[in-house]
Amino acid sequence: MTITTTTITPPGVTADAIPKASFDWKPIALVLALVAGALPAIGSPSTWVTLTVAGLAMGLIIFVIASGLTLIFGLMDVLNFGHGVFIALGAFVATSVMGFGMGAGWSGFASVFAAMLVAMLVAGAVGLAFERIIVRPVYGLHLKQILITMGGMIVGEEIIKVIWGPLQIALPLPDELRGAWLFGDAAIEKYRVLAAAVGLVVFAALVFTLNRTKIGLLIRAGVQDRSMVEALGYRIRRLFVGVFVAGSALAGLGGVLWGLYQQSVTPQIGAQVNVLIFIVIIIGGLGSTFGCFIGALAVGLMANYTGFLAPKVALFSNIALMAAILLWRPQGLYPVTNR
Amino acid sequence: MTAPKPAVLRLEGVHTHIGAYHILHGVDLQVPEGEVTMLLGRNGAGKTTTLRTIMGLHRASQGAIHFRGRPIHGHETPDIAQQGIAYVPETMGIFTDLTVQENMVLAARSAAHAGALDAQRLDWIFGLFPALKKFWLYPAGKLSGGQKQMLAVARAIVEPRTLILIDEPSKGLAPSIVQNLISALRELKAQQTTLLLVEQNFQMARALGDTVAVMDDGRVVHSGPMAQLAEDEALQQRLLGLSLGAHQ
Repeated sequence: MTITTTTITPPGVTADAIPKASFDWKPIALVLALVAGALPAIGSPSTWVTLTVAGLAMGLIIFVIASGLTLIFGLMDVLNFGHGVFIALGAFVATSVMGFGMGAGWSGFASVFAAMLVAMLVAGAVGLAFERIIVRPVYGLHLKQILITMGGMIVGEEIIKVIWGPLQIALPLPDELRGAWLFGDAAIEKYRVLAAAVGLVVFAALVFTLNRTKIGLLIRAGVQDRSMVEALGYRIRRLFVGVFVAGSALAGLGGVLWGLYQQSVTPQIGAQVNVLIFIVIIIGGLGSTFGCFIGALAVGLMANYTGFLAPKVALFSNIALMAAILLWRPQGLYPVTNR
Repeated sequence: MTAPKPAVLRLEGVHTHIGAYHILHGVDLQVPEGEVTMLLGRNGAGKTTTLRTIMGLHRASQGAIHFRGRPIHGHETPDIAQQGIAYVPETMGIFTDLTVQENMVLAARSAAHAGALDAQRLDWIFGLFPALKKFWLYPAGKLSGGQKQMLAVARAIVEPRTLILIDEPSKGLAPSIVQNLISALRELKAQQTTLLLVEQNFQMARALGDTVAVMDDGRVVHSGPMAQLAEDEALQQRLLGLSLGAHQ
């Protein structure tokens, strides 16, 4: 069901008479300040461009993975620590699909897009089962949610080991995506541009769905006050299942992007990325999609800048970023009202 | 003497527990069709819990709730709402991050988008609550308390509903806003909309109510015509601990 919400002006009211809502630009300014501040610290403009593009690509991949998680928490207060298993699943599915594609003589682009599609379908289907078997019995019980979803991730990892083996598997980039474009001295890796483009498409699709469809309106309202959405006559649980499946599928897609970014896959990939995505959704404001987007960009940029400037600090830089942002805005960059 | 109107909503011996607390102790209540029933009582008497139990937001642990002759106890909240009951909670339940328009589109279940809202009904609502027209594209969180209450009521009437439950509509509002609200609710009443209102403002209760039910300690301890309670100061004193006359 695709339903659009068009904006109408009530009869007798001119557009000028309607007060405009103010947008909070400060978090965006923070990311821009981070980018601008990195230039003098790095020194070389070409290195700065390379790192910035890499950071944006990484941030957009993290956004793809984390966007579903933040909505899952926002809608139903579900802390899904098992989200990482969908990332790992997506990445491993990609190794099989791309391996098959190479054997069948598909082009590199076709292999990557087929891997993305199949990974999303598999992760979405497993997400449906995960919600029904693992999450549904523990609605409203945060401690049990943490324990059982972490348990679900451990079981998921073991199943992945049974299917694909316990060892690291290479996930090489196809030839078409190898290498970089040179702009002066700045090298922009082709794959990072693709990953950023996929991330932007996902962001645009989410923004459109959330702001221009009635389903999106229900999701935004449900994040604020789900019992009131139910009192208006809508079944929020069905909506939640849909969001959970979509979030799992996006995590699967993110797993493909992350696996190709690393060019290798291990069964523990989900647990490794889990930390980053929880940092992102906390920074963004739990339940906020736009906050998640800005938070993911900030984390991706910070990881790349500190990785270059002070590698020893890189491991803790995102935690420091989260601490600094929470000191500034304890509810995150774009807190959801009513939460 | 006119015959009593049939009850559109009937509660029989309803008990509700919230966690370990036993809040409603066998509520019996009838809401006549096309009338305004006021639910009065001291703080903590169980009025809000009664409304929430009707809506399925709290599950009745015992007893029966019938709407238009059909049982609704045990039903899920969305099912109850879809049968034609609108609910305005004490907190108003406004989606503050959404615009006034988006709040209205959500409340209109049959409207897929703003353009599909019933224009004639929207005009009528703007006539009742002009501020909503002015702030149509404004985030609902930026509205004043009175405007939010208007939006909450407007959401409940954006589509025809058989029964509207409103919890303390006048709470925290300036007297002039309360007068506007009374006028709007009177107009709804004139259109034969059945209303069940929880109210602490006795002026408003008397101005609007056809029938009244007074609750105490999780039970309905008195029910009858509003006019009877309004005229009997001794009864007011006994049931509510004060008289309406003292609040005029």
